Parts: sequence; structure tokens; C-alpha cells
Amino acid sequence: MSKNNGEYLITRNDNKYEVIIGLEVHAQVLSESKLFSTSSTKFGSEPNTQVSLVDAAFPGMLPVINEHCIKQAIKTGIGLKAKINKRSIFDRKNYFYADLPQGYQISQYKNPIVGEGSVTLDMPNGEKNIRIERLHLEQDAGKSIHDIDPQNTLVDLNRSGVALMEIVSKPDLRSLDEVNAYIKKLRSIMRYLGTCDGNMQEGSLRADVNVSVRKKGDKKLGTRCEIKNVNSIKFMQMAIDFEANRQVDVIEEGGSIDQETRLFDTKKNETRSMRSKEDAHDYRYFPDPDLLPLELNDNYIDKIKKDIPELPDEKKKRFIEKFKLSPYEANILVSDIEISKYFEDVSKNSDVKLATNWITGELFALLNENNIDITESPISSKNLSKLINLIKDGTISGKIAKSVFEIMRDGDKDPITIVEEKGLKQQSDPKELENIINKVISENPENVEAYKSGKDKLFGFFVGQVMKTSGGKANPKLVNEILKKKLN
Amino acid sequence: MSNITDLKLVELVDKIKKKELSSAEVTIAFIERSKKSKKLNAYISENYENAIKNAKIFDQKPDFKKKLPGIPIAVKDLFCSKNIRTTAGSKILENFVPTYESTVTQNILDEGGIIIGKLNCDEFAMGSSNETSYFGNVQNPVSENLVPGGSSGGSSSALAAKLTPATIGTDTGGSIRQPASFTGTVGLKPTYGSCSRYGIVAFASSLDQAGPMTHDVKDCSLMLEIMSTYDTKDSTSVEFKRESYLNNLNENIKEKKIGIPKEYRVDGMPKEIDELWEKGIKIIKENGGKIVEISLPNTNYALPTYYIVAPAEASSNLARYDGVKYGFRSKGENLIDMYEKTRSEGFGDEVKRRIMIGTYVLSSGYYDAYYLKAQKVRRLIKNDFDEAYKKVDAILTPSTPSSAFKIGEKLNDPVSMYLNDIFTVPINLAGLPAISIPAGHDKKGYPLGLQVIGKAFDEQSILNIAFALEKNISFKNNITDWWIK
Repeated sequence: MSKNNGEYLITRNDNKYEVIIGLEVHAQVLSESKLFSTSSTKFGSEPNTQVSLVDAAFPGMLPVINEHCIKQAIKTGIGLKAKINKRSIFDRKNYFYADLPQGYQISQYKNPIVGEGSVTLDMPNGEKNIRIERLHLEQDAGKSIHDIDPQNTLVDLNRSGVALMEIVSKPDLRSLDEVNAYIKKLRSIMRYLGTCDGNMQEGSLRADVNVSVRKKGDKKLGTRCEIKNVNSIKFMQMAIDFEANRQVDVIEEGGSIDQETRLFDTKKNETRSMRSKEDAHDYRYFPDPDLLPLELNDNYIDKIKKDIPELPDEKKKRFIEKFKLSPYEANILVSDIEISKYFEDVSKNSDVKLATNWITGELFALLNENNIDITESPISSKNLSKLINLIKDGTISGKIAKSVFEIMRDGDKDPITIVEEKGLKQQSDPKELENIINKVISENPENVEAYKSGKDKLFGFFVGQVMKTSGGKANPKLVNEILKKKLN
Repeated sequence: MSNITDLKLVELVDKIKKKELSSAEVTIAFIERSKKSKKLNAYISENYENAIKNAKIFDQKPDFKKKLPGIPIAVKDLFCSKNIRTTAGSKILENFVPTYESTVTQNILDEGGIIIGKLNCDEFAMGSSNETSYFGNVQNPVSENLVPGGSSGGSSSALAAKLTPATIGTDTGGSIRQPASFTGTVGLKPTYGSCSRYGIVAFASSLDQAGPMTHDVKDCSLMLEIMSTYDTKDSTSVEFKRESYLNNLNENIKEKKIGIPKEYRVDGMPKEIDELWEKGIKIIKENGGKIVEISLPNTNYALPTYYIVAPAEASSNLARYDGVKYGFRSKGENLIDMYEKTRSEGFGDEVKRRIMIGTYVLSSGYYDAYYLKAQKVRRLIKNDFDEAYKKVDAILTPSTPSSAFKIGEKLNDPVSMYLNDIFTVPINLAGLPAISIPAGHDKKGYPLGLQVIGKAFDEQSILNIAFALEKNISFKNNITDWWIK
């Protein structure tokens, strides 16, 4: 593998191969109840406690669409700048499996609710557009558990019928970094919209990964393999890297790639053939006669459009224009909706530049150190903005602020109280400062002499001495001004 | 007083409301007659004890505002009934006891009805003679060893034999109208979307409709009024203004335009059926109705279309019977082996035949040629009716191309069995309402029916036309109680 200018190429025997990646992301719709039943979708409940008669496919039970899930899919479609299809159809995908009670999965096959769209990635060498082919709604299956009982497979139907959005990209991704950026961007958009919590540990976001390779410069796409159900970005990257190299090896040895479905073994870090194209299931898709075609009118879609919040791309643009942030800073601050909310809360009541620095600096360091999310931040946005205001109005210096920050992290204490209690208020009285400066000058006649004879660098020494004498509380700006007057 | 079981539904309701009869008296009477009629094999499950208990509870605090005040009723075993075994006539559900109630039976319970048992039917409603039931053949009370029709054969038999004052069936391609026709009773298939499908074991979802089976049109109107409700639990349920069918029932058909489709004059149809049809036409004319010749040009394609669409849906609907969650399970070496054994042993031949046909027509490479084409033809068939209804208010045809046949006669000839539904199937494909009423007998003395087909959601019109025909025909069923020793 070589990386030139961000290009991801595999080199063998002087041949350079480009890797073509497309993702089918399965995102769990954020919804209290399932796609076609009223059972709860809560994660981590006792097995088979969230199963209705519909989910377990009892005789005569019928699916009734959960309108909330439809709205969520439309919202997500809008977030992907995609076409919302006014007529979509739920089909049955027929196959037998123990954790599929109906014997079919209700999914959208030929007529998905959302059509073509796009996602913009911010890569180090600029923006890149990834085209979205479609988004459709479907039911999740239950879970088969093979490792509890040595004799039997156990089935948990809690997930059975939970709504998923399958978001299919075009084969536009070209590197592991792009895959990382793409998943993060999708996740970010859906979290902004509140349509998916993006929690990969809980399986709310998983992907089938399509990989093919071709010699650099070739126009025609190679034969692809699909790696099923990979549940973290790291595993996606490992799987792609293994699979792309495997394909290159096959081609270099004069072989050809068979279109097949493969599994990624996370322990062995390899992909294995699951079934070939010939063994592919015939799912016998047909429109579910229990559900009428889903018809949406413009009014309905427009109403949802009005409720769409500002999304990462627009927010970034606004941050750059309004707050004069750099694209880099803006990217960091909009990447996660909770971070952007925190930032906006802080900057609403205090200096934007300081807010940016303090959040991306001290606060992020604190969060990383404790491995926590910004929503769990020990320092509230309210108190951080107070701290910034104390710096801005000269009550404390930046240096003192850092020690105040350290105290704040225990129990989110009000910085104003801390400054008062600890007497950390900056000395800004020119007379008092003059006294200290006079003292420093009289105690260091040699340095004064040296400075006057041209050793400008010594100015810093005097500032340091003054700060030290004041216990760090002297207002550095004033100290500078007075010192200059005294020494020159 | 004549026998309680000889009374019709509306008469029983009236007598209970006037306190001339108690619910317990009526319930016990039908149960006693049912007990004496085991030879008909009309019941799969009996609910006698509970029914009598419920009747007595009703009598203690009778609510006469109910439309079925303490009326006993046996229902087709395709309706899930809470705490009463529901088999769909299949081994695979032999011991299945639902914890829930179908909307249609709930409506009956809500109006004071009392379920006395579950009636035999073809397995998963797939059949036209009740011979595919895992629980055995049903006798037609008209004559020994005669089929009662199907799939609602237990229902038609129990009704004609007066084991229940009225009953309910389901009709996917004629399963209410054909057995009604074979037993000299009235059967109505409502417009698709009129009665909720919630809790009815599904055969072919886009065709299935529940409907009433009764002794006469009045009873039929009352039952439909109770059964038909808008239900949010069924996404194909339609919200429309449901009439007070019984109150609005009248025989005035003056100026009504009745269509006679020329395509229904099929070759080889018995002369008696032609004569019966002529009789119907004559009555309509005599009562001021207008007869209009119409054409339904795609009628010939209805049966092949039906035998693609219905099995396709069935093959998928029946996938849930896999031995995993409920119902019959056979031991297997592994999951696939368990599936194969469970489904091989749990389903009967006709069900397996249709699952295979359905699987085939949906398979990749065949879908377009069969399923998709069938859907297009279905649209054409519906268009035929839409065209016709620009000219007429309703359509009159025979219900079946023949009278009831002997048990075993057509069992090994599925195509000839399927042909039985030739006049009823197009109506399901078009989603329209149709009623079959008894109109005469063939030379063997077996009943024959006429079918009145209506516009979508215009059940009232076909009830009224059927009411007028009924008055003028004065059909009498010649049933001799031969099965009671």
C-alpha cells in the first residue's frame, strides 16, 4: 500500500491498483416503536420482551406503518440532499431463517422512499462529493444466538421489526480515509436530524461494504465483492484493506474475481467467502399486499422540510462567515451536533475566538483524557462562557484561567466564585503595578543596564519577574505598557 | 312454536328482544342440534360449555340494544378467536390457541354474539369442496356424500343444517358464494377493504374478504352491518360510510339497470343454470328493472390470473408456519431439515401445490412473465368492470357453473376443481362486492345460486336487488335431516 497525495493505491509488480468502494449503510431509525408494530425499540432489554404478535408473525397479524419512521426517512433524505419519492412501495423479501418470523423481510426494493442525493466530505486536499444512490426503509431481523446453549440456537426477537434505513452510496469512495469521513459525515447528518443515534456499539449503524479493484487509469469497474454486516469504521477499513489486497493478489496471479458475498472475521483479520453469485438467494421480491403503496404529497414533504434544522455543511459555512473561523476550526466544531450546540451556547455569551480556542483546546483535552462525550462534560457551557468573559474583561489572565479551569472540572463550579474565593483577580490598578515594577527594576540594576544598552530580549525577563511577584495576577497588558515607559 | 333452530337470525333477535326466548334457550337449541349432527363434520372445535355459560351471563343482564343479543354463532375456523383453538383446517395449526380475537369476530362479540364453535374449512381456505381440510370432509346437508362447497364448507353446511342461525366465512375466489350456492343459502363477499382482515389467517392478502352467510337477505344485511367496520389495524381497511344495511333494505329496483355479461355464457354450462339466469332476468324486468347487455372482455383470463396472484401471495403468507414459533414442529437434524420436515408433514397436498406454484411464479426470471403480467391482467379485469358500471348499477350472473358434486369426484382433477370458481374469481380480482342467493334447483334437486355483483362499496344496492329476487323466487331448501338418526 502506498499513499501519495492522499491517494490509496495498491502496488504489485509495478502495477498500481485503485480501490473502488461503495457502502450500504444500515442505520437504525430513531423511533420509540418499530416500523410496523407498536413494540418498544429500547436497546438492551431482556430477550423477547419487546415482541408483539405482529413482530412474531402470528397468524392473521398485519403490519401497520409507523408514520414517525416515514418522517424520519424523509428527513434523512432531505439531509442527503436527495429526491424524496412521492410514491414508494414496500416489498416482501422472502427467505427462511429462524430469526425472521414472517419468512420475509418487509423492505423497499424497486421503489424506495428516497432517490439520488449526495454527501460532501471534507478531505485534507479539499471537498469531495459522494453520490447517494438511494435510501429505503426496511425491517431488521431478530438475533440468533449460537453460543449460549451448546445444543440449540436461541432467538431473540427484540430487534425483529425495528426500522432501518438502508443508505446506498455509489461506488465513489477511493480510500480508507474517505470511508472514515463518509461514515462520520452520515452519522453527523443523522444526529443533527435526530433520525439515527449513530451508536455503532449498539448496532445502530452497520454497513455492507462493496469492494473492487482496477488498474489505475482503467475506466471499467472491476468485479466487486460484498462484505456483509461490518459494525465499526475500524473493521470496515481492515476488511477493505484485506479484501482489496486479496483481489489484487488474485489478479496478479492471473486469476479473476468472482462476484460473491464475503464475511469479515475480525479475529483473524480476513474476509471469507460466504456464498457465490450462483448460490445467491432468490428472494422472490413482490409488493407486500398487506400494505398499500406509500403516497406522499408536496404539502407533507414541505412541512417536514420546514422542520429541518441547520445541517453541518450550512453550519460550517455560517461559522466561517459569521464568526470568522477557519475552515479547519469550523469543521471540528460542526462535526458533532452536541459539540456545535456547546460551542454556540458558549459563544452566544462570550468571545467567539476565545470560545473556539478553549473548546478545541482545554475542553477537548479534558474530554479525551476522561474518554467522555461533550454531553457528559464536567464543565457546563454556561460556566465556560463565564470563564472566557473573565479573561476578556481582564479580570484574570489566560494563565490564571487555566488554573481556574482545573478547579472548575470538579463539580462545575462557577469561575466567578473561584476567582473571588481564591483571590485570583487580576491586578489592573496601574499604581499597584507601578509599585511592583519599581521594585523589580530597583532589584535588578544590572539587567536594566544591559537592556538599555540594547539587549531587547531582557524585556521578557522583567515581565516574568513582575508576574512572579504578583503571583501571576498582574494584568500582562498593563505590565507591558508600564514597563516600556519605565525602561525606555 | 316451531323449532328454535328453524328460526332465522332476525326472527331470533326479535324474539330475544321481546323476551319470548332467552339466549340460553336459543344457544342450547343450536348446540343440541349441533351435537346430533356430528356426521356432517361441520365443526373443527366446539365451544359449547363456554357458550352456554356466556348465554346465561347474558340472560342475567340482557342488553337488548345489541344487534345480536345473546345470539349463538359458529364461525369459520380461519378467524382467530381468543382462547379458542384456531386451525385454518391445517395440521400445522392443529393445537394453535390464539391469545387475540379477529376484528370481525370481536365485532360479533361486541354486539352480543356468542361463539359456539369453529367450523371446518379447506386447509388455509384453499379448496372448493372442503376436501383439503386436515379435519376431514364435510357433508352437504342437501344430500349424503355431496360436497358443501369450499372453502367455507363447514360454514355452509352448518348453516344449511341449522346448527347455527348465521355464520361467517372468507372469500378469496368464491369461498363464500360457491358454498352458499351449493347449500341453498345466502353468502356475500363485501368490497375489498370493507371487513377488516386483522386476525384472519391469511391466504391471499389482496383478495381475502370476510363476509356473512345466512338463510336470507335480511339476515345477511344485519350480519354485514355488524361485520363491516373501519379498522386501523388493517392497512387495507377502507374508511367509507357504511350503511345501516338492514334498515335501508328494500325491494324497490325500479329503473335499476342490471348488466348481463355475455362472456359468462360459457360452453357446456348446464341448461338449468341458463334457465335460472333467465328466470332472474325476467324477475328484474317484471319489477321495473332494466336489463342491459354488457361485455367483460377479459373474463377468460380471470382464472389463470387468479391462479398466479393467489398462490404467489399464499406462498409468502404461509412462510411463517415454519415450526419455530408456534404450531406443529417436526424434529430435524438442523434448521433446514426441521423446516422441510415440519412443512412437509404439516401442510396438505393442495397447500403444497399452491406454495410451489406461488414460489415458481415469483422466482427470478419468471416474475415478469407470470406475476407481473397477472397484475396487469388484473388491472384490465378491473377496468372491464369500471367500464360496465358506467352503464349499469349492478351485474347479474349465475354463482357457479354447476351444482354441488360428489365427495371425491373432482379431488384428483385440480383444474376441473378450479373451474368451479370461474364466475366468482373475477369479482375478487376487481375487489367488488357480490352476493349469491339461492334461486332454484337442478334436476337432481341440488340448489343453484344467482350472483349479483355491485359497484365498490355499494353493498346496499346488491342487497336490495337480491332482496327483490328472493321475494319473487321464494326458494325452499329441501333438507331432510338425513344425518340425524
